Amino acid sequence: MQLETATILEHRDYGAGYRLLRLAAPQIAPQVQPGQFVHLRVPRLEGCVLRRPFSVYKAADGVLEVLYKAIGRGTAVLGAALAGEKISALGPLGHGFPLDLPAGRVPVLVAGGYGMAALYLLAKRLPLTGVVFVGGRSAPDILCVEEFEKLGWKVRIATEDGSRGVCGLVTGPLEAWLAEGRGQGMPEFFACGPNGLLEVVGQRALAGDWRAWLSVDRHMCCGVGACLTCVVKLKDSDGAWVWARSCKEGPVFECRQIHWDRAEEEA
Amino acid sequence: MTPDLSITLAGIRLKNPVMVASGTFGYGPEYADLVDLSQLGAMVVKGISLEPWRGNQTPRTVEVASGLINAIGLQNPGAEGFLQTYLPFLRQFDVPVIVNIWGRTVEEYAAVAARLSAAEGIAALELNVSCPNIKEGSKSFGSNADMFKRVIAATRAVTKLPLIPKLAPDVFRVAEFARQAEAEGADALAITNSVPAMAVDLETRRPKLANITGGLSGPAIKPIAVRLVWEAAKAVKIPIIGMGGIYTAADAAEFFIVGASAVAVGTANFMEPAAALQVAAGLRDYLARHQLGSIRDLVGTLTC
Repeated sequence: MQLETATILEHRDYGAGYRLLRLAAPQIAPQVQPGQFVHLRVPRLEGCVLRRPFSVYKAADGVLEVLYKAIGRGTAVLGAALAGEKISALGPLGHGFPLDLPAGRVPVLVAGGYGMAALYLLAKRLPLTGVVFVGGRSAPDILCVEEFEKLGWKVRIATEDGSRGVCGLVTGPLEAWLAEGRGQGMPEFFACGPNGLLEVVGQRALAGDWRAWLSVDRHMCCGVGACLTCVVKLKDSDGAWVWARSCKEGPVFECRQIHWDRAEEEA
Repeated sequence: MTPDLSITLAGIRLKNPVMVASGTFGYGPEYADLVDLSQLGAMVVKGISLEPWRGNQTPRTVEVASGLINAIGLQNPGAEGFLQTYLPFLRQFDVPVIVNIWGRTVEEYAAVAARLSAAEGIAALELNVSCPNIKEGSKSFGSNADMFKRVIAATRAVTKLPLIPKLAPDVFRVAEFARQAEAEGADALAITNSVPAMAVDLETRRPKLANITGGLSGPAIKPIAVRLVWEAAKAVKIPIIGMGGIYTAADAAEFFIVGASAVAVGTANFMEPAAALQVAAGLRDYLARHQLGSIRDLVGTLTC
């Protein structure tokens, strides 16, 4: 974990509200493990008091790449930052995905929207290739498919409007693949996307008695474990739960660790 | 000549008058890779209760215009957890450790104060009085003069450590609470805590915090905090640690001018982990520019 003044090398439109930010960050970039994130201080973000966390898309040769969608004021203002500008980066943060895949496992990546970018480094660094299932609202929300294919991964796509791949949710092609015989091995899931998607993948893994590594997305403030904003419930003994910090112990947890709140508890 | 930033506050020697505020710097390990804790004026750890406490449900914080509303709900590992896990870590550093404490009853305050006082390596106790008394109608200790007096008296009776009540901002006359604290034997005052606040999601029409309300901190509350420190400083002789929205040395200087003897950096730590060190360095420059030999020469120099 380091605080580094990074330099923007490139910042370009990626279509449909997505942008690619390339940063020279020679201290942070070599340390990044798949599933970790960086906490950026958005330049000229007046009236805001927090950094903004971003998953790392690529990290190589002292360069960090972040692929993000403009979803709020922070990302909207970040969008105006230009190549050559300095940006304060804190990272790498959190605990990412495990890379030691047990023998006989087939890695299965499941992504929703820009969650796909957060899985790229994992696809690159896992000891073997497998299959990626990616879902999104529409064709422009399906990102970096070719990048995964270049690494030798099979990519199965679903869109809610049917504009690319199978029409429907990503669980459609995933279930079909599992029913087909799932590539002659025991699947090991790695997922990043909306919390609803993570819960479905977790439940499916439990039903099949497989493991699922889920990267959770929570509101975050400090990013280093001090403020206790981003806590998630993990199972404790006897049906009880304990808090864990998604910025520190997470953001990746195995689905058996997570205590999912039932609807009646939320009320 | 380089201006002198060192002070003695409530009998504690500080290298510089810039602390990190409770709840914004964890218990030490969180920021230790980024900031040399030995360079801080003091480390005020997140609030400790007698027993471990889970705090509130999520969402726990929301960013608003120039501020942050938090309702963490005082989650903490309890006195034993702190003493076993965190105090030994903090003792590796040459920095005064101030432990913020809280309770749900007067007796709980006294019990946690007594337990921590038995340990080596704690410089002072900061009393968080902005929490409800579950025995007496859930009124806040910090906004009820009688309960405020009793909680200070009860902790004073069980500890020799310097006691620093942290005054709530939502009181009618802060000077009266400051005088009351001084009369009950407080050694210094921390002013102020976060300001009760809330925010609403317009699409769902639900509160943005699980706890509905929370405490506002950050630049939005700085002018409120400056006014509170000014009023309290006129009323008491004990030193005041000013806090509320300090990001820069200029912010901090305002607090010294109205009468604070030290300051704490809080929410700013989330943006810049080394903010407190930057504030201290900036204060030195400010003193040099104004030809003041010591930070002590700036305290209470407001001209009205």
